Amino acid sequence: MDWMAWTWPTAIFFAVIATLLITFTVLAIKFPETPRTGILRIETTRGDRLFITLLGSAFINLAWLGIVGAHQPYALIVCLAYAVTVFRWV
Amino acid sequence: MEKTVNQKAWFLVLPVLLLVAFSAVIPLMTVVNYSVQDTFGNNQFFWAGLEWFEEMLRSERMWDALGRQLMFSGIILAIEIPLGIFVALNMPKSGFWSSFCLVLMSLPLLIPWNVVGTIWQIFGRVDIGLLGYTLDALGINYNYTQDILAAWVTIIVMDVWHWTSLVALLAFAGLKSIPDAYYQAAKIDQASRWKVFRFIELPKMMGVLMIAILLRFMDSFMIYTEPFVVTGGGPGNATTLLSIDLVKMALGQFDLGPAAAFSIMYFLVILLISWVFYTVMTNLDKREG
Amino acid sequence: MADMTVNQTASRGLSLPKINSRAVVMTLYLLFLLLPIYWLLNMSLKTNTEILNEFTLWPRDLTFANYATILTDPAWYMGYVNSLIYVSLNTVISLAVALPAAYAFSRYHFMGDKHLFFWLLTNRMAPPAVFALPFFQLYSSVGLFDTHIAVALAHCLFNVPLAVWILEGFMRGVPKEIDETAYIDGYSFGAFFVKIFTPLIASGIGVAAFFCFMFSWVELLLSRTLTTVDAKPIAAIMTRTQGASGIDWGVLAAAGILTIVPGALVIYFVRNYIAKGFALGRV
Repeated sequence: MDWMAWTWPTAIFFAVIATLLITFTVLAIKFPETPRTGILRIETTRGDRLFITLLGSAFINLAWLGIVGAHQPYALIVCLAYAVTVFRWV
Repeated sequence: MEKTVNQKAWFLVLPVLLLVAFSAVIPLMTVVNYSVQDTFGNNQFFWAGLEWFEEMLRSERMWDALGRQLMFSGIILAIEIPLGIFVALNMPKSGFWSSFCLVLMSLPLLIPWNVVGTIWQIFGRVDIGLLGYTLDALGINYNYTQDILAAWVTIIVMDVWHWTSLVALLAFAGLKSIPDAYYQAAKIDQASRWKVFRFIELPKMMGVLMIAILLRFMDSFMIYTEPFVVTGGGPGNATTLLSIDLVKMALGQFDLGPAAAFSIMYFLVILLISWVFYTVMTNLDKREG
Repeated sequence: MADMTVNQTASRGLSLPKINSRAVVMTLYLLFLLLPIYWLLNMSLKTNTEILNEFTLWPRDLTFANYATILTDPAWYMGYVNSLIYVSLNTVISLAVALPAAYAFSRYHFMGDKHLFFWLLTNRMAPPAVFALPFFQLYSSVGLFDTHIAVALAHCLFNVPLAVWILEGFMRGVPKEIDETAYIDGYSFGAFFVKIFTPLIASGIGVAAFFCFMFSWVELLLSRTLTTVDAKPIAAIMTRTQGASGIDWGVLAAAGILTIVPGALVIYFVRNYIAKGFALGRV
């Protein structure tokens, strides 16, 4: 495992993603998903919205880094707003 | 087809899951780890934070490569899609000649990519290649190792040669699914050739064409071997596309950090396009029932 | 009925010039496709002196020496053997894991099935350039560097998803009633799958195998990165024909022609499915 060069931040990052996936799986078991059609005019389930959120957040973070270039944690606030939007309307 | 809910199906998928996790997830995690660290060889790593991402986002090298990449993908799509449709419309619909065309057209698709490069490297040479020699004899100055325009023309013609058949084959598959009755009806209405194409053939081909466009875009977006063999990314950096640049950075200079940051951004773009592709596909499947 | 015959003869009369223009288009297109390949073949049958000193449209001085060089020198022909070994390994592994998975996707709904299917697709779309470096590190660390199995496993990255998608496309065409009848008749899942289901999708398996074979055969970047000597593929050997006296064009061309042969030999059998294969089973 040495060659993979683990660090704490990246380990936490993957742990968070894994936790999210497990949480959504548990949610899907307890409250079965019903697809709905949102503003993108495609059917999405809760899992799809999670994916759109995560992928979008990655791009938001990159954009923040490229354009603002400082105070990276603030980008997470934008991501949160984005997440709410996606889960509410997409 | 109605599918039944069966959670035990997971066991059938498990081998794929394990195998692909081994060959996709572990490497991707490694890339993420490398992207936030600096190394001086020897497997000694130092924390670098988001430095590499910032450097990559601000480096002209990456944006230039991305620009060239988008230009390349745009040009080949603009040529291959119409040309592929045109060829498909002219293909014999059935019988011996249909098979004959299918087989010959598939040939370029099955040639190893570096051989495709070699073929065009030779074909375009002024001294020993048919194309280069002919152009030279006609008095056209053509030298793909020194002239930027010639290099671009060569790799684009090569890609058109390599992949137009794929678009044509997909379009042809779409055309074949149109029942004869449609054409009969059009004939009774005395519809012009253009109208038949616009209102019967094109709508029926739309599904496969979407697949063709997305596939061609994806594959051209990660093209490496063919242009690398022909031009090596030159002259200068004129034909250094994204993958060529990435390989140069990762395996040539062994700059793990920047290369990893580059890889992640590259992969995110791919992920986005894949998602579009998948959404289009599933909607198509649904429409067909 | 009478109307139709009249219509047909009329149209045949009218479309005579059209048939000709179609033939012209196809001839031109096929000529464009075949000319570069012909040129490679032409060069592979010439001597280097003829290639470099005269410009000839067909070999004046027909020679098979270039092919003889490749087929007698182990440094050359072992490249083909290496390629064939890892390509075959990869095809077998891909199909073995993809068959049950494709069955599951085509027949059942289960937790996360769509996400899993999508995730597989992203691996088909992943650029090998991104994976070259981590693969190099991964296979070095587990001691598989420069082995056939390393390349075979690495190619699974895009071939397993491809096989799953293609097979799923074929399996959807098999009515579900067949499964149900077999289960009622007392077949176990294993027996049903091997004895009844596999023969039904034999063409699908053939096509999937062909595409796994092909995509593993044409790939260069990963196979070159993961090998140095023992498992070096022909494609990588070809990139080093540059000797002290310049490039040996004749041998290079002959090596190229020999890599086209396997694909050209089986293409006839998959001609009707080739579009389906390239479109990941979705045509």
